[in-house]
Amino acid sequence: MPFRRVAVVGAGMTRFMRRALETPKELAFYATRMALDSCELTLKDIDGVILGSAPDAFDGVHRKGEYLIDGAGAFRKPVMRGYVGGGTGVWAVIQGWYHVASGLFDTVLVVCEEKMSSCYPHPQGAFNAIFDHTLERPLGTNLLWIFALEMHRYMATYGITERDIALVSVKNKRNGLDHPCSHVAGNITVDDVLQSEVMAWPVKRLDVSPTSDGAVALVMACEEKARRITHKPVWVEGIGWCLDTSYWTNRDLAYPVYVEKAARMAYKMAGIVDPRKQIDIVEPYDPFDYKELHHLEGLGFARRGEAPDLIASGVANRDGDLPVTPSGGLLGVGNPIAAAGLMKVAEIFWQLRGEAGKRQVPGKPRRGLAQAWGDLMQVGTVVVLGI
Amino acid sequence: MPLRWTVNEFRGTPLRESDIPEGRVLSVRWDPNARYAWDAGIAIGRFLQGLKEGRILGVHCPSCRRTVVPPRIVCENCFRPLTQWVPLQDTGTVQTVSVCYVNWDASRRREPEFPAVIALDGASPGCGILHILGEVTPQTVRVGLRVRALWKPPQERTGAITDICYFRPL
Amino acid sequence: MMRRVAIVGIGFTPFRPLSPEVSYRELVYESAQRAYHDAGINPREDVDSFITVAEDYEEGTAIFDEYTPDQLGAALRPVHTITADGLYAISAGYMLIQTGQCEVVVVEGHSKASNVLTPSYISALALDPIYNRPLRFHPACLAGMEMARFLVETGTVREQCLRVAVKNRRNALLNPLAPYGADLTLEEALASPPAFAPLSEVEMSRSADGAIVVVLASEEATRRLKGHPVWIRGVGWCSDSPTLETREWGEAVYAHLSARMAYRLAGIRNPAREVHLAEIDDTYAYKELMHMEALGLCRRGEAGRLVEEGATERDGLLPVNVSGGSLGMGHLGEATGLARLAEAVMHLRGDAERRQVKGAQTALVQSWRGVPSSSGAVVVLGV
Repeated sequence: MPFRRVAVVGAGMTRFMRRALETPKELAFYATRMALDSCELTLKDIDGVILGSAPDAFDGVHRKGEYLIDGAGAFRKPVMRGYVGGGTGVWAVIQGWYHVASGLFDTVLVVCEEKMSSCYPHPQGAFNAIFDHTLERPLGTNLLWIFALEMHRYMATYGITERDIALVSVKNKRNGLDHPCSHVAGNITVDDVLQSEVMAWPVKRLDVSPTSDGAVALVMACEEKARRITHKPVWVEGIGWCLDTSYWTNRDLAYPVYVEKAARMAYKMAGIVDPRKQIDIVEPYDPFDYKELHHLEGLGFARRGEAPDLIASGVANRDGDLPVTPSGGLLGVGNPIAAAGLMKVAEIFWQLRGEAGKRQVPGKPRRGLAQAWGDLMQVGTVVVLGI
Repeated sequence: MPLRWTVNEFRGTPLRESDIPEGRVLSVRWDPNARYAWDAGIAIGRFLQGLKEGRILGVHCPSCRRTVVPPRIVCENCFRPLTQWVPLQDTGTVQTVSVCYVNWDASRRREPEFPAVIALDGASPGCGILHILGEVTPQTVRVGLRVRALWKPPQERTGAITDICYFRPL
Repeated sequence: MMRRVAIVGIGFTPFRPLSPEVSYRELVYESAQRAYHDAGINPREDVDSFITVAEDYEEGTAIFDEYTPDQLGAALRPVHTITADGLYAISAGYMLIQTGQCEVVVVEGHSKASNVLTPSYISALALDPIYNRPLRFHPACLAGMEMARFLVETGTVREQCLRVAVKNRRNALLNPLAPYGADLTLEEALASPPAFAPLSEVEMSRSADGAIVVVLASEEATRRLKGHPVWIRGVGWCSDSPTLETREWGEAVYAHLSARMAYRLAGIRNPAREVHLAEIDDTYAYKELMHMEALGLCRRGEAGRLVEEGATERDGLLPVNVSGGSLGMGHLGEATGLARLAEAVMHLRGDAERRQVKGAQTALVQSWRGVPSSSGAVVVLGV
């Protein structure tokens, strides 16, 4: 059965900030308004809204999806909030895709918002409740544990060094300097990363993305509408998602099988057999620097344990053969969880349209991939966009 | 119409850390009263009872021939019910470990702690649980370290994961 | 070109005030096994996607979707969670099948309300943290306020609302799944103490634990499966304003708009005539009346009289909540809509035993997300 083609036709975002003055609704409004303005639509043109937001505990607002409704332009419209933890930002686009591809909707808004700074004493606290309530939380868990445990397993399995991994942070924070929404960009060196404060070895301060406030919105439309809205629609060519078992201590953390499965689903739909040759830009999820490497392997851009070569050789630089995270990513722009994932899709949208300003990768890219990850090292969400 | 994105179009007003404590920006504080008592159920209930008795129990799946821990009543690979309970050793191998210097609220710890995934002897390869290592230093912890559980004295056990104080090198 | 989508399997546990012997995972596993057996499928091979409904604060776990796959047979498969009532997930599954990318989709909802020790404080967390929460009112006050406005605007009287409670608690006596059945009389209901006046205690549903799993399939896939497909003729969902200060208090706009969407898909012009059985939200007794009007089952101000006349009894012209509703079965949190959907499927299959509504061919199922939300969904089923 042929798919109804779906395009991204507009995008907007707020600045990413450590602590924003605006309420979550106001942040969502800024991004939504900008996305609508970018394609000269109004709320009258919107048939439905998809919301994305990670744990409710950041804001201490139960049913965050209900709370955001009026800020995100969803008043008296069909609105649905989907949810796959950290993978939510890219997931929201998949959900936007199925709304339109189903034939039930022609034009939808996809809005992701996160305000982490509302959580005291530290947004980390909201993550404590992600662990199993009976077997893990009583041990005094801490979110950094899972990243440190996974990073160490990855390093130990393939003989990767902290220095190899630090290069990702250096690249992304440098790329972020060109992003007007960034709050954590900078010119740093590998030694800066290695000498930064050890948080949960092997994770150090500069291996980690910050906690942030911010929102991102996209407008998605069916083919007929998309061609009328813009002469540069960016098509959703493939989507994929996968959730692995929650028994994470039974899995080998060295390789993200679930990302591979999600990517294979998206590649099959997009007719991609060799991602390294057929995809021009990648925005893999980079909440921690090693995660970018992990995900490049899961996505099939490098063999297992070999992603560090892509970074070290400069291939992954913005002017390299395969630009990876040209936006600056979570490490270089900021990490308001769901909004950060959607920012990656917005980046591919802007890059393919040639609208990425100082971040523009050379060579007129035609196809890009955005990916996010989440939960207990368990979720992969993948979107392939093309023009 | 080509769009030009300039910094002015990206909205948002960053605050300084001191703006709220010093009252330049008003805020509302709320301490959520969210309390729960989760039913442990069949599989975890029996696992906790085992811990109280000083035993670590796993379950065996005759279909995929894995022995897994923590126990569960359904095999996530085969979707077959799991009914064969297997006592496991309280020894195992560190699959991965961290040396953690921060608490959940981002405050610094005086002494690091050592969370680890420990594959237990008697379970299938790689099947482990999350726990803490003790009697180790940042220099001595490593992937592949052999460890054994240090149990609380029987009268102090409550049927909780903390009935094991920590795992220490064999 | 729309595809036809069917419900080909349902599985559920009995609904109970407490369920201490099983974890939520085990509760879901029981329902999943039943649903897969009903549909004749193996979840590890035959399902293209899985959808769960859950809210973090109702589970006591942040990013709860982590814990959804294993008990459904969904590990390492496309799974996602929707933070809404189960009928939203039915709508999402319907859309996934419409895309042509999926043939079989599984939807799950569960309630472990008994494990939540501070439910009203958690509901209060859904209020606007800046404007409303500092006033520190009980969130159920909103139901009292809404009922007061509804009575004034429509001329409905309190006794008519109490009759809803009487009917639904009595209906539940015939439902083996329902824990709150009672041979209640109107006089007894009238004596119920006020809770959030005009709302009295007997008009408020109590929570229950339970799980429901539903298997959806495309028409092509139903041909390969055993059993008796019940077709999803229409789906709709909508939200009024979350802001208490700007929403409509006397009528259920969300229900009206979501029904309009679902009826359009289903080709229903006159719901009062075309619907044979309605399973609609009755979290509070007045809500059943308010929803009947918003769903177009009667004119505004007419629902109370229909209840008085017995039209909404099982053997009436328009049976409403033959299951016993939330007043009789218990409120199952986000799983509530799925419990009602399961009831409607049983009737359309002719499997509802002593509750069977004779000749039922079209059923309307509707959910509301409870205070303080103004969101809900509608599903129209047919055979």
